[in-house]
Amino acid sequence: MGDADLTESVCASVRSAYERNAPIEVVGGGSRRDFGRAPIGEPLSLAGHCGIIGYEPGEYVITVRSGTPIADIEAAVAAHGQMLLAELPRADQRSTIGGAVALGLTGPGRPYRGSLRDAVLGVRVVTGTGQLLRFGGQVLKNVAGFDVSRLMVGAYGTLGVLLDVTLRLAPRPEEEAVRILHCDWPAACSRLLHWSGRLPLSGASYYGDHLRVRLSGDGALVARAAAQIGGDAAPIGEFHALRDLRLARLQTPAVALWRVLVPPATPLGPAESIIDWGGAQRFWATAEAAATVRQFASDRGGQAVWLKGPDRGGDVWPVSSIATLALLGRLKGALDPHHVLNRGRLFPAW
Amino acid sequence: MQYTRMEGFPVSPTLPGAFWRALRKVLPGDGLLVKSGELGAYECDGLTLYKVRPLAVALPRTREQVGAILRLCNQYSVPVVARGAGTSLSGGALPRPDGIVLSLARLDRILAIDTANRTARLEPGVRNAAISEAVAAHGLFYAPDPSSQIACTIGGNVAENAGGVHCLKYGLTLHNVLAVKMFTPDGVLHEFGGPTAEGPLGVLALVVGSEGLLGVVVEVTVQLKPRPQCVIAVLAAFPSLAQAAAAVQSVIAAGIVPAGLELMDKLALEAAGAYTGQHYPPGTGAVVLAEVDGSEEACAAEHRQLRALLEAQGAFAIEEAHTDAERALLWAGRKAAFPAVGRLAPDYYCMDGTIPRRALVGVLTEIGALSAQYGLPVANVFHAGDGNLHPLILYDARRPGELARVEELGNDILKLCLAQGGTITGEHGVGVEKLDGMCAQFSPAELVVFHALKAAFDPYTLLNRGKAIPTPARCVEPGGMHVHGGRMPFGRLERF
Ligand SMILES: Cc1cc2nc3c(=O)[nH]c(=O)nc-3n(C[C@H](O)[C@H](O)[C@H](O)COP(=O)(O)OP(=O)(O)OC[C@H]3O[C@@H](n4cnc5c(N)ncnc54)[C@H](O)[C@@H]3O)c2cc1C
Repeated sequence: MGDADLTESVCASVRSAYERNAPIEVVGGGSRRDFGRAPIGEPLSLAGHCGIIGYEPGEYVITVRSGTPIADIEAAVAAHGQMLLAELPRADQRSTIGGAVALGLTGPGRPYRGSLRDAVLGVRVVTGTGQLLRFGGQVLKNVAGFDVSRLMVGAYGTLGVLLDVTLRLAPRPEEEAVRILHCDWPAACSRLLHWSGRLPLSGASYYGDHLRVRLSGDGALVARAAAQIGGDAAPIGEFHALRDLRLARLQTPAVALWRVLVPPATPLGPAESIIDWGGAQRFWATAEAAATVRQFASDRGGQAVWLKGPDRGGDVWPVSSIATLALLGRLKGALDPHHVLNRGRLFPAW
Repeated sequence: MQYTRMEGFPVSPTLPGAFWRALRKVLPGDGLLVKSGELGAYECDGLTLYKVRPLAVALPRTREQVGAILRLCNQYSVPVVARGAGTSLSGGALPRPDGIVLSLARLDRILAIDTANRTARLEPGVRNAAISEAVAAHGLFYAPDPSSQIACTIGGNVAENAGGVHCLKYGLTLHNVLAVKMFTPDGVLHEFGGPTAEGPLGVLALVVGSEGLLGVVVEVTVQLKPRPQCVIAVLAAFPSLAQAAAAVQSVIAAGIVPAGLELMDKLALEAAGAYTGQHYPPGTGAVVLAEVDGSEEACAAEHRQLRALLEAQGAFAIEEAHTDAERALLWAGRKAAFPAVGRLAPDYYCMDGTIPRRALVGVLTEIGALSAQYGLPVANVFHAGDGNLHPLILYDARRPGELARVEELGNDILKLCLAQGGTITGEHGVGVEKLDGMCAQFSPAELVVFHALKAAFDPYTLLNRGKAIPTPARCVEPGGMHVHGGRMPFGRLERF
């Protein structure tokens, strides 16, 4: 794994961009530049800013530079029988932890092991003025100051250039297994409700009329749970493919890919490609108009988030009101007053 | 500041009668308190050291009234302090002499319980314990359980990002809240979060724990959890504090996440024993209290592993509780520890720093050395599993100069926490009393960003003005909780 500290040069680049009012596109491994709107600006690569800064296995906490590939971090902690607490999607071996924080996505383990946002304990960032700041820390409980580190998660790099991040870890499960069952969605929902809290679930997806359940933990517990669930065994790789959005149903570059976030027991929608997170996150690869997808979600008390697609002109997130959009704009102004960071990537006016 | 009375209302020279008339119109009947006799109950929160009488207390029953009150205060530049149950231990709900208190206590309806999705939609004044009570029949519970839970409100929990004994496994308020509806001080309603607690930017995470500085929360959607089938509590006695702390470190390092993992030292045990009559085995230097829960099988497996680890680390006596009644007995000393310690000395001062768990043995040893050096006894009773210390410094405020030395010792302890990569407050908040610690933890540039974020929500600093984020000029005050004469605020409540 590489080990290099580019803090000074990143600060200088952003400072200069701020002074010249010249936007920059923050790039990690470059593997997910197609997510979100197309940003305007000179690329600033963080891939060279990599390496582990601090790792205390006994504490289940690691601090890494933002350009470190997710796969490298996983390998380093796996050597101590550990894994990242939050399951992180990636496009390929290049995908960095900085990119993961910017996109804010969490894999199928989200309902059971928590979100990436919750696994972030602290960050060091360079704000849009080129200032180097530290927020949060290395401890689980910390209520001093506003939680700026978690504000960064899912901000598409528009509030600060992430330099390093402190993340929670967990022990690697002794055993993992996947069971697949044929059933309709309402039946799948009631089964999941019954199993959660009783069985060692670590993922639950539904597509092609099949419920797929991942189990993780103590070997005996997993075996017993698998027997209780029934169905057939399936390869664990299916959940990795789901995590990384590699499943064939999502390989549809001609149309938009959406995350539709709804209460988990919501009935099937018209265009669901895959249901993840036990029902709460649904991927739609669809040519439907953005307004239709957003309406479906909001009618059910949810949100439709546009991930990627051929038309990069729309909004990534729906915003409930103009006043809220203005408030978010003021937040942006507080951290990146000249809008130099990833200009246009999240909202057209940013 | 001097206030004259007009039309039965207190008014400042800059606050016209029109403000009061309009406010009265929004809050007819008993919705507005202005008489000094009625205001007394709102002068302070759980940190009774500070007392300030507000101009008035508004007690709305609807969110529309909340919006109207805020618009009026915005129009007339009147500072507002939102208040839930007033149990804050950092002066978060302390009023301002030139402003009003906006109590959310009457917005206390449970708006919806959704068992299929395991969520509840609540008004901010719903008491924490009322949530679990309301959903118990469905086999569900709301996990964050601050020991003030029979009194404190979900709105106050959101403001403070409250934790509890079970937050090691189940997370803090932040991890159990899906969405909030909140008024900014201009009276505009915003919604943050959603079914998966996400939104553009992590604004929900910014709002939770913002100590009422960014807006007034009028609705909270929380995630509910299925009640565990099995709960086992374990009390392990160790010959020394260092061994007990090492045992906690080894449990954490083994990757076990108990529902709770608490530690009490000798002084705390002596106090608790005298208070509750609970006996600890002779030769006990410290105890570790742990609780495991889950399915029968998972619980049994974790329990075996935990017991083996505690024994390997030198636990010489272990008691267990498998039923609710047994568990209550085992926890009795822990729950009574704060008031019990309050009997050992005329005063004590409670710290709230957090450290990485690997530093527990070292920091506790150093605190012991500092205690000897200052000649001030320190009792430790705290959330060891997540590294959240509550050193209680015993003293007598009547002795000249003693309080100053206590504050010096307190600052030394906070410095120890910061030096280990920790924080000045794990759960009680900054409020009015840890402003100087903020200066130690954050750089001036970071504080400037905090102020800029506040201004994005509250450009005229109407909400909780002067709290939580110090201006450079304020970087002088010591932090901690003062208790005088063994009197604790909310003496009826269990303490953790
Ligand atoms: C005996 C005792 C034990 C305690 N134990 C714990 C514990 O175990 N863990 C823990 O974390 N804390 C604990 N606390 C501290 C306290 O109970 C918590 O901070 C609690 O969350 C405060 O809730 P409240 O309703 O009393 O809020 P208040 O004290 O009324 O207010 C707290 C802050 O929140 C703001 N606020 C209140 N309501 C709103 C709203 N609707 N919108 C915006 N801002 C609002 C106020 O302005 C204030 O800044 C304890 C306190 C006591 C007295």
